[in-house]
Amino acid sequence: MIQIEHLTKIFETPSHQVLALDDVTLSINKGEIFGIIGLSGAGKSTLIRCINMLEKPTQGSIYVDGQQITSLDKRDLRCARQKIGMIFQHFNLLSSRTVFDNILFPLEIAGVPSAQAKSRVNELLDLVGLTDKAGVYPGQLSGGQKQRVGIARALANNPKVLLSDEATSALDPQTTSSILKLLKDINRQLNLTILLITHDMNVIKQVCDRVAVIDNSRIVEIGDVLSVFTNPATPTSHSFINAVVKNDIPEDLTLAKIDPQRHPTRLIRVSFIGSSAGQPIISSMIRRYDIDVNILYGNIDRVKDTPFGNLVLELIGEASLLDEAMAYLRERGLEIEVLKNV
Amino acid sequence: MFDAIALLNLPSLVGAASVDFSWLIEKVSLATWETIYMVIISTALAYVMGLPLGVILVITEKGHILENIPLNSILGVIVNVFRSIPFIIFLILVIPLTKLIVGGFIGTVASMVPLTLAAVPFVARLVETSLKEIDWGLIEAALSMGANAWQIITKVLLPEASPSLILGVAITTINLVSYSAMAGIVGGGGLGTLAYYYGYQRYQTLILLITVVILVIMVQGVQVLGDTLAARAVNRRR
Repeated sequence: MIQIEHLTKIFETPSHQVLALDDVTLSINKGEIFGIIGLSGAGKSTLIRCINMLEKPTQGSIYVDGQQITSLDKRDLRCARQKIGMIFQHFNLLSSRTVFDNILFPLEIAGVPSAQAKSRVNELLDLVGLTDKAGVYPGQLSGGQKQRVGIARALANNPKVLLSDEATSALDPQTTSSILKLLKDINRQLNLTILLITHDMNVIKQVCDRVAVIDNSRIVEIGDVLSVFTNPATPTSHSFINAVVKNDIPEDLTLAKIDPQRHPTRLIRVSFIGSSAGQPIISSMIRRYDIDVNILYGNIDRVKDTPFGNLVLELIGEASLLDEAMAYLRERGLEIEVLKNV
Repeated sequence: MFDAIALLNLPSLVGAASVDFSWLIEKVSLATWETIYMVIISTALAYVMGLPLGVILVITEKGHILENIPLNSILGVIVNVFRSIPFIIFLILVIPLTKLIVGGFIGTVASMVPLTLAAVPFVARLVETSLKEIDWGLIEAALSMGANAWQIITKVLLPEASPSLILGVAITTINLVSYSAMAGIVGGGGLGTLAYYYGYQRYQTLILLITVVILVIMVQGVQVLGDTLAARAVNRRR
């Protein structure tokens, strides 16, 4: 749905040049929710703004639904923009217009006949659950309601793509969840392609199918969210993930007071993804092999709809039994890392 | 206290027995009407020219929707040049133009030419300031929906800036009230002429006083009206 090829953006200032995007190539599929995560200043905002040409790329090309956006003349660009919805961090609603008229705005721009436009606005109000707020001015709405208006407005002209520029960054966590849920519903109902940028891994975790990590103007990692979460390939991705998932074991645990006189002891980390998270593998291991298990640490999380997590276990018993027990866990599809072997 | 009364030139204030009140009321009300008429029409004409000029000053700026830096700089210089000419000198400078347009340079219609022309650059700057207060995000949102420049001006810039624009109209009107009095001194008609010819040259202090009171009421009235309308435009949004 969106192809970005060798996109480079350089900002010229009188004194020097700033490289905001460095040879970015990305492909976003129809119907997916694609997230781009990066720290502020990494270039993610520039990237999303290039897609509807709010920012003019220095080099490279962008295709949206097969149409080369980067080479359109002004008139064609305006037409193309009507089919690319966008929502913003600060909502950008017109304070002089009611909720109804704000949603009507893009339809006026597109020249949709009045009667048809009004019925479309009512549909959209219903979709975002704000029918009762139609006559209210944005100044009277909460942040979450404002963003719902923003979403309705962005969908007015039945866009092929929805661009979300930090749309939840100004909202509290609960409101963020409700807006993300709305985006997910819209994505399913309308099979709408959504590209969102964020600095918050929680957003990626909750709604995205795939994610690209942008660091220092370059895409450093692209993959489906689950694999990036469970196996981040770069330090940048790793630090983003750590912000939301405690994948790192607290250091004092690995230094736990294991008594070497007592028995052979092993400290292992077990990672599990998906269905295995729901099975009683640990207890069946204990029953099968005559060993003791001490659970030192554990967590479970969810990426979109897939559970994943990890456990730090202290296994105590005969060395041969410990080997067998670990082999058993591996057979069941768990990933095992030995942290300490005494 | 007594000095103050003496300064008012009591004999002429009462005008001996010669003050004809019906004459006075007629003169004053005619002059008031002339001032109102001059000011309203000049303000309206000043906005007809100044509003587009102000819009152009904003949208041709660097990075704005119709960036045109040469045009922007030229207009900026012209506006500044006109704004730096004192009104009393401007009045004399435009006399040839006034003659060309209205055929003479005395009277209310004639004084609308310098009033309007003097207000145009002022209005342009006021409009420019109002429009610049608008969050760029709103313009960007409209651009992202495929709006053209005209749609952005008429559907975003002007409606969003309306409270500030209304206050600008009040300021302009008040300025023109005082300019119109100045124009009156060189024969422009209205309260200025009345105050100058009767109040000053014929020592009728009463007329001078009445003129001042009427001007104060007018200015107050315009300001209150402007404030009310602007507040209403803002409150509606809250």
